[in-house]
Amino acid sequence: MAALLEINNLSIQFGGLRAVDDFHLTIEKGDLYGLIGPNGAGKTTVFNLLTGEYKPNEGVIRLEDRDITGLSTIEINKAGIARTFQNIRLFKQLTVLDNVKIGLHNQYEYSTAAAILRLPSYFKTEKQMNEKALELLSVFNLEDEADTISANLPYGKQRKLEIARAMATNPKLLLLDEPAAGMNPNETQELMDDIKYVRENFDMTILLIEHDMKLVAGICEKLTVLNFGRILTEGETKTVLADPEVIKAYLGG
Amino acid sequence: MKQVKSISRTSRDNIGTVLMIVAIYVLVQILNGAGLINNQMRGLLVPLCVYATMAVSLNLVVGILGELSLGHAGFMCVGAFASSFFSKLFAETMPVFPRFLLAILIGGIVAGIFGFLIGIPVLRLNGDYLAIVTLAFGEIIKNIMNVLYVGRDANGLHFSIKDQMALGMLPDGEMIINGPQGISGTPNDSNFTIGFLILLVATVIVLNLINSREGRAIMSIRDNHIAAGSVGIPITKYKMLAFTMSAVIAGCAGALYSHNLASLMATPARFGYNMSILFLVFVVLGGIGSTRGSIIAAIVLTLIPELLRFMNDYRMLIYSIVLIVMMIVNWNPKSRAWIQAHFGRKKNNEAGKEGR
Amino acid sequence: MISFLTSLINGLSLGSIYAIIAIGYTMVYGIAKMLNFAHGDVIMVGAYVAFSVITTLTLPTGVGILASIVGCMLLGMTIEKVAYKPLRHATSSLAVLITAIGVSYFLQNMALLIFGSNPKMFTSIVPFAWQRIQIGDFMIQTISVICIIVSIVLVALLQTFINKTRPGQAMLACAQDRGAASLMGISVDKTISLTFAIGSAMAGIAGVLLCSAYPTLSPYTGSMPGIKAFVAAVFGGIGSIPGAMIGGLLLGIIEILGKTYISSQLSDAIVFSVLIIVLLVKPTGLMGKVIQEKV
Repeated sequence: MAALLEINNLSIQFGGLRAVDDFHLTIEKGDLYGLIGPNGAGKTTVFNLLTGEYKPNEGVIRLEDRDITGLSTIEINKAGIARTFQNIRLFKQLTVLDNVKIGLHNQYEYSTAAAILRLPSYFKTEKQMNEKALELLSVFNLEDEADTISANLPYGKQRKLEIARAMATNPKLLLLDEPAAGMNPNETQELMDDIKYVRENFDMTILLIEHDMKLVAGICEKLTVLNFGRILTEGETKTVLADPEVIKAYLGG
Repeated sequence: MKQVKSISRTSRDNIGTVLMIVAIYVLVQILNGAGLINNQMRGLLVPLCVYATMAVSLNLVVGILGELSLGHAGFMCVGAFASSFFSKLFAETMPVFPRFLLAILIGGIVAGIFGFLIGIPVLRLNGDYLAIVTLAFGEIIKNIMNVLYVGRDANGLHFSIKDQMALGMLPDGEMIINGPQGISGTPNDSNFTIGFLILLVATVIVLNLINSREGRAIMSIRDNHIAAGSVGIPITKYKMLAFTMSAVIAGCAGALYSHNLASLMATPARFGYNMSILFLVFVVLGGIGSTRGSIIAAIVLTLIPELLRFMNDYRMLIYSIVLIVMMIVNWNPKSRAWIQAHFGRKKNNEAGKEGR
Repeated sequence: MISFLTSLINGLSLGSIYAIIAIGYTMVYGIAKMLNFAHGDVIMVGAYVAFSVITTLTLPTGVGILASIVGCMLLGMTIEKVAYKPLRHATSSLAVLITAIGVSYFLQNMALLIFGSNPKMFTSIVPFAWQRIQIGDFMIQTISVICIIVSIVLVALLQTFINKTRPGQAMLACAQDRGAASLMGISVDKTISLTFAIGSAMAGIAGVLLCSAYPTLSPYTGSMPGIKAFVAAVFGGIGSIPGAMIGGLLLGIIEILGKTYISSQLSDAIVFSVLIIVLLVKPTGLMGKVIQEKV
């Protein structure tokens, strides 16, 4: 059985800069995998390549043995990868509930005519969407905020809402870009529990970028360390974090 | 199951908007019955419906899709000419009711086709570039309508973009579109009740669309197109849907408009960029994204010059000052906060007002 | 051949006027990040000022031109201060656009009240405007040459000002990043005010040239050239001064050649169609920069 995600020889160049160089990664179904490295190492660029925001100059990305290299963001989402963003990108003017319902867009369907004429299929499907959205929100204790305009949420909850929205697209692989950034220790602890809960109860594989070492050490089983666009080391979390090269990269810049 | 308040609140808001339109219609009918509406005002009733419908249409593009269009008068112009052309062709051969219904549909469909064809290349552009291209489109339509000659005789239809002579018609031929003179003698089928119905239907369609799966997809593109793509929203498809739908509604408004005019000419005053900009003023003053606000702004801004008629020459000057002052008071961050603090409805979501 | 050259020169002349107006548009867009739809009407005000000073007050031509420039400058700064500045931090950039339209209505109706709707004959600004210059069979009007020369001189002066002086550099800084500029000690308020002053002064000059070349003046005179100049600015890549210059010249040439060789009635449609085609091929205009959104 092939790995869930397999990346080989992935590279992208911006002008003269090789932002990601010869990157490879194998993620098995059910993994909770961490991608770490100093600022500017190219971690978010890897996410952007994985989700089709950038097209790689070289390399192959396979999801469950299907070549998804060069597909559009929309097709890649449909293929089963969803993400959150480092600089939060919510649908700011819409409610928390609507944000998640937009994530559910491709899983539910009724015709334009049904919407305009308010046919029974509209009400039936909307009801199902509401229930599903509230279920996802309740994972992050956000169900009481369903009516709030998302821009008015506190920062930590905005990050959680982004995860709920990404989960709504029913992905096989969930990419979290610095999910704990800006959170206080309590919120981070909650988030760690939430991420574990999601992996166990929603049948999702998770790849995350994070600077908070407590979170990384606490929940990731495997790590890849990037430095200057290249892989510094990879392997079991404990081994990697004890590696003197990794410590040097972080402390010595 | 948890009650989702925002959903019931939105439907209440929408029903409120529809009731408002109905109430205005009933009020006008009562005033009219009591003889309280003078001729000048009566002449404004159909244009009022036209402008309000245009405001609803443009709000779909500017407020909901979040793209700036400065050429909406062009879609209205297409709808006006297409529907008048049809009505003139069948003026003698069809009874009024089905003919006008078909004319409105044709106006909407032809404008919709234009909207679709223009949307394909144009919606790739963003922001101010999209605005200028739509402006250019509106001007091109107006310009072409001014050089288009169509006549009919025993041999059928004749077209030219040069002059009447180039049509080569038989002596008994009849001009249908006569260049800068446009179409004269469109049957005068429009009236306030039909205008009211068109506005009502357009409003219900737009409101129901906004509060649906597809409407949310459209608004997600407005709020953050990158995030919309990341959750699999087909961006081009929904941009096209909003743009085309808006063009269809504008075309219907055009049909209503042209069937209220003795002679339909593509003059700058009727279909130029100034008109497109006026529609934009309705939308922005009505609070970008609010269908109800757009309708109210369209009505108020159309009535102000009439109400200021006693000021004679000064009325348009006063109008412009009122517009500037209203914009500053409405949109200056400080005055906005002050208004919110003193008169704002107590709800937890200030931004929500714009969302609908 | 001769008639083609004549059309080309006429196109260049009209294009230079568009260019001067377009530069005003583009500067304001680049620095204040707004579409100033009242810019075209400032041209009209400038022309009326020159007209009044020269015809009504019977002062010398030079005084009229100077009055037009100074008048427009003050007008531009006042408009910015009163109508646009309060909306600089509005949540929607459309708010200030609509206010600009309000200002445009205001200026038109003010002119209508003061000068009436009858067009004024505007002949006496440049005394030798309609003298012809003849080279062999080839004949052009003096005013065409004046328009071209004035626009070249203005662009040269402006480029020197922007690249060589401190206020000019401040303008560049504000165009790049207003927040960073203000952190560097640049007064954003003053820079924007200065931008409006320069842009409007150029509109004043454009007004005088426009009405000398096309000698009628009405409250709506500025409206269409204003829109065309806006098109020219976008054509060249909005925010870029050389772009506005090239956009203006090309627009003038396309318009006149289109009128001469294709159809005089369809000239507007031709101009706007070329714009659409250019933008579809190069979505940020001829000299505009592509800015990719960072994810």
